[in-house]
Amino acid sequence: MTLPSPSDGDLRLHQLRKGQPATVTGVDESVVVTTLPAGELERRMIEMGLVEGSRVVILHEGFPGRDPIAIRVNEHTLALRRAEARAVRVAPLA
Amino acid sequence: MSVQASAAQPPRIEPPRIALVGNPNCGKTALFNALTGSRQKVANYPGVTVERKTGHAVSPLGRRVQVIDLPGTYSLRARSPDEEVTRDVVLGRFAHEEGPDALVCVADATNLRLNLRLVIELKRLGRPIILALNMMDAADKRGCRIDVATLSAMLGVPVVPTVAIRSGGVAGLLNQIDRTVASAFECAEPCSWSEPSSRDLRAYHQEVESILARCVTDAGLPPLATQRVDTILLHPVFGLLFLFAVLFLMFQAVFAWAAAPMELIDGAIGGVKDWVDTTLPDGALRSLLTDGIIAGVGSVVIFLPQILVLFFFILVLEATGYLARAAFLLDRLMGGVGLHGRAFIPLLSSFACAVPGVMAARTIENRADRLATIMIAPLMTCSARLPVYTLLIAAFVPDKPVLGGMVGLPGLVMFALYAAGILSALSVAFVLKRTVFKGAREPLLMELPAYRLPNPRDIALGLFERAKVFLTRAGTTIFALMIVMWFLASFPGAPADATEPAIHYSAAGMIGHALEPLLAPIGFPWQIAVALVPGIAAREVAVGVLGTIYALSGSGEALHASLAGALAESWSLPTALALLAWYVFAPQCLATLSVVRRETNGWFWPAVMFAYMIALAYGAAFVVFRVASGLL
Ligand SMILES: Nc1nc2c(ncn2[C@@H]2O[C@H](COP(=O)(O)OP(=O)(O)OP(=O)(O)O)[C@@H](O)[C@H]2O)c(=O)[nH]1
Ligand SMILES: [Mg+2]
Repeated sequence: MTLPSPSDGDLRLHQLRKGQPATVTGVDESVVVTTLPAGELERRMIEMGLVEGSRVVILHEGFPGRDPIAIRVNEHTLALRRAEARAVRVAPLA
Repeated sequence: MSVQASAAQPPRIEPPRIALVGNPNCGKTALFNALTGSRQKVANYPGVTVERKTGHAVSPLGRRVQVIDLPGTYSLRARSPDEEVTRDVVLGRFAHEEGPDALVCVADATNLRLNLRLVIELKRLGRPIILALNMMDAADKRGCRIDVATLSAMLGVPVVPTVAIRSGGVAGLLNQIDRTVASAFECAEPCSWSEPSSRDLRAYHQEVESILARCVTDAGLPPLATQRVDTILLHPVFGLLFLFAVLFLMFQAVFAWAAAPMELIDGAIGGVKDWVDTTLPDGALRSLLTDGIIAGVGSVVIFLPQILVLFFFILVLEATGYLARAAFLLDRLMGGVGLHGRAFIPLLSSFACAVPGVMAARTIENRADRLATIMIAPLMTCSARLPVYTLLIAAFVPDKPVLGGMVGLPGLVMFALYAAGILSALSVAFVLKRTVFKGAREPLLMELPAYRLPNPRDIALGLFERAKVFLTRAGTTIFALMIVMWFLASFPGAPADATEPAIHYSAAGMIGHALEPLLAPIGFPWQIAVALVPGIAAREVAVGVLGTIYALSGSGEALHASLAGALAESWSLPTALALLAWYVFAPQCLATLSVVRRETNGWFWPAVMFAYMIALAYGAAFVVFRVASGLL
């Protein structure tokens, strides 16, 4: 396993290119503006499989603004908005 | 049998109760139907079931078991009202009801990870659990290998593979239910449950990972066909074009495909009427049969083909898994008016009927978003409004091909009416979200299920079910209302020196004339006023009442002319257009208002809904009537 190099040390899910596989390295909801109570978004994401170690890849992008995105998370497909995808820290797989 | 023993431990009269719990779309309702022989709605998108449903299964040993089907959820930490139902039933908090004796956790075998996390959470409740590994056929097809024995050992619960949609696919589960239920009675202690923190959730997740590492020897292929299809259907440009094309085709087909069968039904009804006319002597009974029942109920029944075409489209869209894609595609666009992408699903159901549409809004987590969706759902043109549209279009819109013969003018007008409903719904949502329901949208976190070919038998059964509901309604509610209306329209009879048709002097005529001044500004004659009143009970009755009124008003010869013909003769075009405009916004039926009351716990929102819709309807009809009268 290679640690992410400093330049992409804080890459987020919404910054991934379409088709670029990555692993989730953390969930940090502090960067997201949300109506939910604190800690709620993080728990929902974990429940939907966005948790450390999951493999993710962006499959499809919506319209306009390439938003929302459909991602493959391990064995299922998930739709979410880029705004919330910011909360997911990822490390690209080479 | 010893009296003492039964005093110490009173015999249970009620059958044991088991609840089906699992992630959304893992096949709980399909299992429920297979176990109990019910026909609850099964469809390929998350959030189909929004209520608790019960039924009875008989196990191989002849034991009767009550089975409870529940809305799907990822966790007992309910986020939305449908998930609260699941939490409350499972924890025994549901009003007047103990918790279930055992849980059948249903898991989608092609996607064990999320499903097992819930199983681990549920295991803490201390209730007996059976894990049903559903969709084993799909898992096999994808080459997914699961070691069931190890899984059962590691989880510490019995595991049975099932295929809910295949006959005999639940035999193993029934056997296991027998075994579990036999030993489950003693340990019904109250559940203790506390919301898991994110630390707990991660711990469960770790546990799942270690189980998966041992039990899943091959994760199989991803659903490649689905991904390939989605590169087009979720394409930012083609995807949206396709979505709009599907909707256009749907509304167009409602008109075009149904035309021939409708003519057949029309002919048959005319035949029956002629037969009654020639067999029975002239009199009140003949009038009741022909003018009341045949003209009234017949003018509603004729719309069966259109309703079935509409439902055919909705059923196919639901069964394939496309609905969740539509929600994805529209999320940003609907976000423009402040709605959640998921709101598309309740809104599409509302094209069939607003009642299930309003209920489907339960899956929307945030209260403001949900209320906004509920408030606009009745603006989607429901199938009960189809008869009114079709009748008026048949009477006033010439059947000319347009757009180079691709579509007929009637179909285009129909589409325009649907579009008017949709656009006004979006505008109302826009206003609501900027005034009463302010606030950011809930995050979108929605699973996109793999596509599935719809099973023709399921579609046929679904259509059959719809036809039954529609015809039953025509045979009961509408039939009864029509008899009442016939009496109101026939008595009291005309005075000896009558100059107008008898109906003018009847009770219905009086009611109509009393309401006329109120509706005159929007161009409605007294006949429409009479039809609108029972139309609040059930919209399509309005058409039936017009059928009766014009049958009774006509003189002997004109009676055979179709209702559309009679309307074309007696109404001006502005009146017809105003009535169409009225019906785009028409205050919804009583069933809708009462379901809104139930879903919002009070009369406030239904009252607001009724008021705003009647104001819009009156306003729109007024403007259309005035403008059309001025121009034409
Ligand atoms: N291939 C296959 N498909 C299945 C099986 N069981 C259910 N399905 C399909 O899976 C989809 C979802 O089934 P439902 O029974 O509606 O799922 P649910 O768990 O009740 O879903 P919610 O009510 O939304 O929570 C439908 O398209 C079913 O036809 C199965 O064993 N094999
Ligand atoms: Mg269900």
